[in-house]
Amino acid sequence: MMEKRKQRNYILNVLLVAALAGGLYWAQGNFDGYKIQIMNLIAINTILALSLNLIYGFTGMFSLGHAGFMAIGAYTSSLLILPALQKEMIYILDPLIWPFSVLQAPFFVAVLAGGLMAALFGLLIALPVLRLGGDYLGIATLGFAEIIRVVANNITFITNGALGLKGIPDYANLWWNYGWLLLTIFVIVRIVNSNFGNALKAIRDDEVAARAMGINTYRYRVISFTIGSFFAGIGGALLASLLTTIDPKMFLFIMTFNVLMIAVAGGLGSITGTCIAGVLITFLLEWLRFVENPVTLGSFHIPGIPGMRMVIFSLSLLLIILFRREGIMGMRELTWDTIFRTSPKGGESS
Amino acid sequence: MSLPIFVQHFFNALTLGSLYALIAIGYTMVYGILRLINFAHGDIFMLGAYYVFWAIALLKLPWVAAIFVAIVGASFCGILVDQVAYKPLRDAPRISALISSIGVSFFIQNLAIVVFTGIPRAVYRPDWLVKVIKLESGVRILPLTIIVPIISFVLMLVLLYIVYRTKPGLAMRAISKDIETTRLMGVSVNKIIAFTFGLGSALAAASGIMWALRYPQIQPLMGMIPGFKAFIAAVLGGIGSIPGAVVGGLLLGFIEIMTVAFFPELSGYKDAFAFVLLIIILLIKPTGLMGEKLEEKV
Repeated sequence: MMEKRKQRNYILNVLLVAALAGGLYWAQGNFDGYKIQIMNLIAINTILALSLNLIYGFTGMFSLGHAGFMAIGAYTSSLLILPALQKEMIYILDPLIWPFSVLQAPFFVAVLAGGLMAALFGLLIALPVLRLGGDYLGIATLGFAEIIRVVANNITFITNGALGLKGIPDYANLWWNYGWLLLTIFVIVRIVNSNFGNALKAIRDDEVAARAMGINTYRYRVISFTIGSFFAGIGGALLASLLTTIDPKMFLFIMTFNVLMIAVAGGLGSITGTCIAGVLITFLLEWLRFVENPVTLGSFHIPGIPGMRMVIFSLSLLLIILFRREGIMGMRELTWDTIFRTSPKGGESS
Repeated sequence: MSLPIFVQHFFNALTLGSLYALIAIGYTMVYGILRLINFAHGDIFMLGAYYVFWAIALLKLPWVAAIFVAIVGASFCGILVDQVAYKPLRDAPRISALISSIGVSFFIQNLAIVVFTGIPRAVYRPDWLVKVIKLESGVRILPLTIIVPIISFVLMLVLLYIVYRTKPGLAMRAISKDIETTRLMGVSVNKIIAFTFGLGSALAAASGIMWALRYPQIQPLMGMIPGFKAFIAAVLGGIGSIPGAVVGGLLLGFIEIMTVAFFPELSGYKDAFAFVLLIIILLIKPTGLMGEKLEEKV
């Protein structure tokens, strides 16, 4: 029985991936650039929200430092894929210093390097800061992200300062983004469903009890935070290549806010919830752009209101947290087993 | 560095530090009572500055009356934020209220962009506040940099009087020790919390108004960075402690101004000092300089 169900789930997962690939292939042929851009943003936003969900939803560490890790990933991978000629052209204030000026890597390696660099910084910041708990951790990680941004603004010989990097090759197409998304989902599902994941959830639910059970909570928290920052770096690297231009202003606190919004809306501690919210919130953010455009209804002319988009967006986060704190999915998962109702709870995730 | 220049830096630091201290008091009071980092506090600071601008521009009020109206208006907004966004979450996990406060903060900022527009505006400054005084020793200072610390200290003394010498103040201190027992003692906890928000917001608004006089340009996002830094000042002094917030605010003001004064090449990193300081203090002494240790309850 057990074996059979596993086999079924495996086949269904393969079919789902195949369906996704087919859908992407179809979209590439039939959608215009704007729609494809939104699809790309969905993938990247979901990667980012998943990594935050691992840190916050599954391990209970309130981190507000996502924008900082994204910045590290974005700058690292961009420096590796920028053509040498472009590097010479855009560094006006200070020339790019030596190792970065000659380093080149294929896109996959560059993104991976971005993730690893973010993970390295994540580890370095986690070692001291994770001794703190709760909201102190939030404010310390927020501080870390601000430090990264200020430093990026100042080390012009690496980051080109406030001018940012322009003309980053746009390798991040649908295949790369959704490939990385699948990899992220796969890794995080495996982590969450493993014994390691059980320890993380135990820490989230009651840290003191977890410690009493003999779990080295500090070590688990550091590892979880490092993995989370790795995927945040991946997301940042992909975003840089998708937008082809980055500067320190891009990584303000608002960036973290958007990611947090997706994780909270989807349900903290739910992977499928995050995926659903990743789609919905990215759509919402794009759809809300129309609010700022002028609308003409017959003889009525409603002028566009600049800034209204973010007002509605932040209001919707408030409404979610006030009236539906658990988000779309709560801590539940949408799995093949829950769809077919063979068992009331849990099991392999889709 | 010559003495006159140092004296000028000293007054600048004193001004900046006392403005941080005024905001930090609001953070520390709310944290002391609700264990909540009120992210929207920096935006109340911004609203205070804007209300003065609009009270003069639209209502044609005289300057002093405009300041009064602005402080009352901002403290009303502070109470409103608590009633709408925090009160329904009193029994929820603490982090929910924190996320709610981040949401409120972005909401106020963006609403301000829509209503006030994002264009920076110049504020009215009476001439006598900004006429440079030259002393014989070569020191050149603005009257503003002396008056702002004086007003701030008067406001802090008033606050300390309220907190330590009046009945609502006693209730506030009692709530920060144990909210349930205080409720059993017949204290109307919700009213006291609203009072705390009003008081903290009034100080933040006063700080915002003086900030706008010192750095005479206001824009909807002006509260964000001073808000973060003032929170750091509150942590530095020991969160929950009002004298700690004052000390932390002044200390942060001096560190920022003096570091840039002595090491001008670091001026680009000015906005990062506070955050580096925060991480250091959290590692060495998380309770801050004057804070009490919060026991972890099992």
